Amino acid sequence: MALVQQSSPHARNARPTSRVMLWVILAAIPGLIAQTLFFGWGNLINVVWCIALALASEAAILKLRSKPVSFFLKDNTAAVTGLLLGLSLPQFAPWWVSAIAVISAIVVAKQLYGGLGSNPFNPAMVGYALALISFPVAMTTNWAQAATLWGGAPGVGETLATIFSASQTTIDAWTMATPLDEYKHKIATHTAAEVLQHPTFGDLVARGWEWVNLAFLAGGLLLIWLRIITWHIPVAFLAAIVVMSLAFGSNADLYAPLQLHLLAGGTMLGAFFIATDPVSAATSHQGKLIYGAGIGVLVYLIRTWGNYPDAIAFSVLLMNFAVPFIDHYTPPRTYGHHKAKRGVPSKSGG
Amino acid sequence: MTQLWDFSGGVHPSENKHQSTGRPIRRAGIPERLVLPLQQHIGEPAEVIVEVGERVLKGQKIADVTTGMGVPVHASTSGVIEAIELRPVPHPSGMSDWCVVLKPDGEDQWCQLEPIGDYHKLDREAVLDLIREAGIAGMGGAGFPTDIKLRPPRDRKVETLILNGAECEPYITADDMTMREHAAEVVNGLKVMAWILRPSRCVVGIEDNKPEAIAAMRKAVQGTQIEIAVIPTKYPSGGEKQLVQILTGLEVPSGGIPADIGVMCQNVGTAMAVSRAVFEGKPLISRIVTVTGKAVREPGNFEILVGTPASYLLESGGLQKSQLNRLVLGGPMMGYTLTTDTIPLVKTSNCIIAATADELPAPPPEQPCIRCSQCAEACPMELLPQQLFWYSKASEFEKAEHLNLFDCIECGACSYVCPSSIPLVQYYRYAKDEIRKQRAEQLKSDHARERFEARQARLEREQQEKELRRKERAKAAAEAQAQKQTEAEQSVAQGEATDERAAKAALVQQALERKKAKAAQTAEPAPAAAPAVEQPDIETLEKQLMQAETKLSTMQGMLEEARAQQADNVEKLERAVAKNHDRVERAREALAEARGQMADNTSDASSE
Repeated sequence: MALVQQSSPHARNARPTSRVMLWVILAAIPGLIAQTLFFGWGNLINVVWCIALALASEAAILKLRSKPVSFFLKDNTAAVTGLLLGLSLPQFAPWWVSAIAVISAIVVAKQLYGGLGSNPFNPAMVGYALALISFPVAMTTNWAQAATLWGGAPGVGETLATIFSASQTTIDAWTMATPLDEYKHKIATHTAAEVLQHPTFGDLVARGWEWVNLAFLAGGLLLIWLRIITWHIPVAFLAAIVVMSLAFGSNADLYAPLQLHLLAGGTMLGAFFIATDPVSAATSHQGKLIYGAGIGVLVYLIRTWGNYPDAIAFSVLLMNFAVPFIDHYTPPRTYGHHKAKRGVPSKSGG
Repeated sequence: MTQLWDFSGGVHPSENKHQSTGRPIRRAGIPERLVLPLQQHIGEPAEVIVEVGERVLKGQKIADVTTGMGVPVHASTSGVIEAIELRPVPHPSGMSDWCVVLKPDGEDQWCQLEPIGDYHKLDREAVLDLIREAGIAGMGGAGFPTDIKLRPPRDRKVETLILNGAECEPYITADDMTMREHAAEVVNGLKVMAWILRPSRCVVGIEDNKPEAIAAMRKAVQGTQIEIAVIPTKYPSGGEKQLVQILTGLEVPSGGIPADIGVMCQNVGTAMAVSRAVFEGKPLISRIVTVTGKAVREPGNFEILVGTPASYLLESGGLQKSQLNRLVLGGPMMGYTLTTDTIPLVKTSNCIIAATADELPAPPPEQPCIRCSQCAEACPMELLPQQLFWYSKASEFEKAEHLNLFDCIECGACSYVCPSSIPLVQYYRYAKDEIRKQRAEQLKSDHARERFEARQARLEREQQEKELRRKERAKAAAEAQAQKQTEAEQSVAQGEATDERAAKAALVQQALERKKAKAAQTAEPAPAAAPAVEQPDIETLEKQLMQAETKLSTMQGMLEEARAQQADNVEKLERAVAKNHDRVERAREALAEARGQMADNTSDASSE
């Protein structure tokens, strides 16, 4: 009878990382369904393509790094990176743009920094930003126009052919400027009422986009309810956008209105699925609030006064830079202490 | 309704308490041998006051602590002291310690008991002494001697006395069953402690998953001022700091004790032990222990004699050895695994879990931390477990300490929720140990430095004293010289030596004479060299002798010098001189022998 020797606690009830990641994937499905319904097959094809590439490049780099391949592949984190890229890239982004984004995300941003848990930057957003800067045309002209699956959207075969075609052609009939892009460029010369005439805005806020964002919001609320993420980052993120919009952009004839900021572009996907990546986010509650709010402020600033129509990737990456700093100065107050010990230990050992 | 506060974090592990509450508390009986460790709690080990072979009665004191903190140990039943030896004791390391081995005689004969009728008539100090003499130490955790705990510092008035009946750890039901079946005794013990401390509030905290215990305690406190506070079930509500927070809303200061904020916690079992000591005169020789886990057929609670081997108790619970995978002493969150079932159960043992392999499975392999902060959400001390882990793993102990590593109560909530199955608590224990080790080494090196500096100061002082003496000598010599000078001058003046030159010449003459005498002395062995031409053997011997003599004289010179300077190597030099002296003697003997054999012209050399 050899008794097992082990350090306490002997009981465990953890949700393993693999299951946490699986929940993230499942929670993103409503958003993916909405994307498919309102923008055609592009996102779904991208998601499948990106996940496959992510797993393949993760396996290859793990092999190169002499790490156990299946042990790490099973944690589902590479799949989540692929998923996030697939959800955020333009529907008709050429296959090689997606490939470069995914490979740089997995190989450079994640594994070359030490793999899971060691990457200071959100891998998916590194891939996205790299693609956006390197291939600005491919990344801005390939957004599908809102056309429902039951009317107007190209079929699976046509979408596949477009994405995987050798020539770099954009089929104008299927694409359209995104609402944020359209508003930003037209408002300089038009009134709000005139700008909103464009079909990309539709009848509600931003045709199709509003449903996609609401679907991601629903998925995000599921994640909070499942205690996979906490409310701090998304709430601070959205609150910052609201505050910035009310403070600076209340005139719709000059700036995009609040509802467009909240329900167009990648706002909800960014707030609940991207900014909440635990590895590259701040850790304490207070830190998460600062981190989320920082992203929200940056998103508004770049969308309004920057060169890019959307700004989730840049904002997240910029705040990733600030995470060690935030973490240093936002430790919680420990039980039995008068106040939190901020910063690093002083030389005197205090 | 008592006002309650919440503590941050906490987890809800499967309770697994119903298995051991189905049966009333059973008596485990008297095992074949009782093993009584001399140290059953923090403080000093007790010293044995009986001898091997001596017969002792139940309740008789067999060991006591004379100096330092500690309480006595009593014989749990009547019998004969069989041995006083090293035996495995309950400890996470599986170490052995000194134990008294008692062979029960089966008569279970009590010693003379002296119960107090009415403790109110006694002095409080007398009651505290009685509690000490009864060997009572906290029965919930580390086992702090109860009488010392009941004497808080004078400036720390205890306003709130808390009886900890939370029992938040899964599986354990010892306190639950004690309250169900011995509520009156528990309350009586609490009353004694309240009488000693005179708090303004006295409250029993019980988790709401123990309705029977709550009902029994409510009945027992009727007509008293004691409150029963039903607190929400959440691990670790029974942690002292957490319970204080739940019941008072106050936090125990870091590094302090509850008495610092006017609070004291006592355990249910301790209260019962106090009651038995005061009202029945019985020392702490038995306690209630939960035996549970899927590897025992009849889990439940047993009243055991202190010193009962775990194997005996497991047998009473119906252990199925083939099922047993791990033995845990304590609960599944904070208990530790045992290497053997031969260890005795002591005053602080509250539960033993005989777990099967699927009941408490081995954790999956550790994965990288994904900074998910689940651990921080679970931490009841509001620490940053993932940063502590990071720094502990990287051996950056200073940073870990800065993030309040030492406030960690090792409750295991962080490890319990970690999705990467990182054994966080183990990392913290490692870091704490390393820091303690470093501190101890620092202390040691500080001492060493102090010693070194003291020695340096002493040597310097001696050097100075020596210098001073040397100067005094030189001064004396100079004075003597001056004296001589004046004497000479006086004699000149008196005309005894009219010619200064003549006096000087006389001095030179004397010096020459001394030199001559010396030369004659050194030249003495020279004639011996003559036969050496004929006898090369003797020549060699003589050469050796000369060498030895030269060496000896050098050595003696060095020795004298060393003695004058009070140097450290005097002893060494003395030994060397003695050795060389022997060598000279031997050389001379050898030479003499050689010359004796030659039979001519050897008397001079051998006479030396």
